[in-house]
Amino acid sequence: MILVAELINDTAMLQEQEPAPSSVPPESPDAERSSAKPESLWKDMWYSLTQNKPAMVSLFFILLLVVIAIVTAVVPQVLPYDPYQQDLSQSFQAPSAAHWFGTDQQGRDIFSRVLVGTQISLTVGLLSMSISLVVGVALGAIAGYKGGVVDTVIMRVMDMMLAIPSILLAIAFMAALGQGIDKAIVAIGLVSIPEYARIVRSQILSVKQSDYVAAARVIGDTDAVIIFRHVLPNVLPSIIVRATLGISGAILDAAALGFLGLGVQPPAAEWGDMLGRGRNYIFQAPYAMIFPGLAITVTVLAFNLLGDGIRDALDPKARKR
Amino acid sequence: MAQNPETLIEVQHLTKSFVADTNFFGKPTSFVQAVDDVSFSIRKGEAFGLVGESGCGKSTIGKMLVGLLRPTSGKIIFEGKDLATLSPRERREHCRDIQLIFQDPYASLNPRMTVGQIVAEPIKTNKLLPAEKIDARVDELLERVGLSRAMKNRYPHEFSGGQRQRVGIARALAVNPKLIVCDEPVSALDVSIQAQVLNLLDDLKEQFGLTYLFIAHGLNVVKHISDRVGVMYLGKLMEIAPKRSLYHEPLCPYTQALLSAIPSPDPHLQRKRIILEGDVPSPIDPPAGCRFASRCFAKVGACDVAAPDLREVLPDHMCACHRYESVAPADVVKTSRDIQYDAARPSYGRGAKDVNADPVVAPGTKRGA
Repeated sequence: MILVAELINDTAMLQEQEPAPSSVPPESPDAERSSAKPESLWKDMWYSLTQNKPAMVSLFFILLLVVIAIVTAVVPQVLPYDPYQQDLSQSFQAPSAAHWFGTDQQGRDIFSRVLVGTQISLTVGLLSMSISLVVGVALGAIAGYKGGVVDTVIMRVMDMMLAIPSILLAIAFMAALGQGIDKAIVAIGLVSIPEYARIVRSQILSVKQSDYVAAARVIGDTDAVIIFRHVLPNVLPSIIVRATLGISGAILDAAALGFLGLGVQPPAAEWGDMLGRGRNYIFQAPYAMIFPGLAITVTVLAFNLLGDGIRDALDPKARKR
Repeated sequence: MAQNPETLIEVQHLTKSFVADTNFFGKPTSFVQAVDDVSFSIRKGEAFGLVGESGCGKSTIGKMLVGLLRPTSGKIIFEGKDLATLSPRERREHCRDIQLIFQDPYASLNPRMTVGQIVAEPIKTNKLLPAEKIDARVDELLERVGLSRAMKNRYPHEFSGGQRQRVGIARALAVNPKLIVCDEPVSALDVSIQAQVLNLLDDLKEQFGLTYLFIAHGLNVVKHISDRVGVMYLGKLMEIAPKRSLYHEPLCPYTQALLSAIPSPDPHLQRKRIILEGDVPSPIDPPAGCRFASRCFAKVGACDVAAPDLREVLPDHMCACHRYESVAPADVVKTSRDIQYDAARPSYGRGAKDVNADPVVAPGTKRGA
């Protein structure tokens, strides 16, 4: 027994040599993590996320996009030019001090249009992700918990949706619902439901069987406590990662629909639509498609990197502390 | 086995069957008889060992006692109440008194909770202490199981298997249980750690006056910690006896074979292993007579026909075997030794006739032969 105690003390010593997190007051070196109150899952996660530079840069970029979207919607005067004002005499100006990103065929300022396009892209990304997240997680959770016939019915419907390429399915939905950005949001949201449902179901199936859920039952936890304290925290990371990737997927889908001329009505500024129209003049005026394309790429990359960061931050094993 | 005041928990005719196969319409067509008509009782303050090979139903019994599984039939009488008939809500009230230590220390701790949270959870769930006292209690529990209180903000993956098992023990102790079901608590640990955890369990039993149902798949682990031992084979209890009696005078042929399979640390010790032939029959369609009949080396005609009842063959020593049915109590020990002697004869030739299969306590064995 003494030997064990020594072993344990040794490991404790080894652990103490690690740099203590900044939250620990320097005047109590031996107190380290032990005396600090147990941090909550979210505080721990946030601390770990702040240590991840790409994720933090992405987070600031996304916040910047949100600010741009709100400001351009509330006070459009801040834009250098009216994004919808046509001036055919100014058509296809190369990037210059006056027009940073150049002008398009109708002589509209591309920089202003890219900024305004943030509104649509972020709205599409967040809203359609929310639709598929809420519906997909609910369906997956029901299928995973209930099992049996309910599970079979839900998952076979999901399989049927997965059998059709998502963009084709979205186009089919658009054909049924009609044109317009609101319909595009619904269509994009609907087509990614099966992915969420599958992930949540499989995660719940594996967590439900685990010994620590059995242990919680033996302790006397109610079903609600088991779900919220033991099952969901272990399922959440994969959902969050999928959701952040889902935002970028939705932005890409919206861009694809816009590119095909299905998403937005013509005067509106949307990155995919701008890309699609610029494509016709790729050799005369490459900047007409380069800048909307860059906006899509960088935004999608930011959401992906943030998603990766959150996944690592939620995993105690990958956590930096 | 009348319910006497010393009995903490009594299991009567406990049966659990699982559906093995269903027809096209989902109607069950065959069942796995995991536990078949098992009765035993555990006295207050004792450690009752339950051994048997994989799949014999010992873990299923443990899970039924803690309420993770509902018995198909039979009674679990704990402090005068039949747990099997209680509703899930009433069952939860009693959960506190019966706790479980899991086999796999890696899977039984939530990876996203710190050790402190894991140990505090049962206290919070059952509202045993006011919030401000929980911290001190967690520290005390961790130190009691040999962990430092400095470790409570660490996550399970930062611990070794033995340390995790200590966390599992602390969690089980947190609610001051009366009975702890230890479901193979050391079989996932390496041998040196096994001894530490067994010693810890033994100490805790003394300190807290605990009662254990100790499940294991080998008699050597159980020997260390149990007061009485039950031997299971294919869902049936074959033999129940106090430890000394079981290890010195194993009556059931299956127990004799199990004992002879314990590895000996002394390479010079004379070994007379009883080698069983064949495999365990499928629990989906168990043999009609004695469950062990297909592999038994002491089989008589009755064994294939009817299952023997578990009855008191010697004082406090119960055995289910046809061989002892018409034997006078005075001759039981001799009969059992004859059975062992016959089974072990192929490698036999040097010892006295009355040796038993326990190599460590075998009297009169020549060393360094």
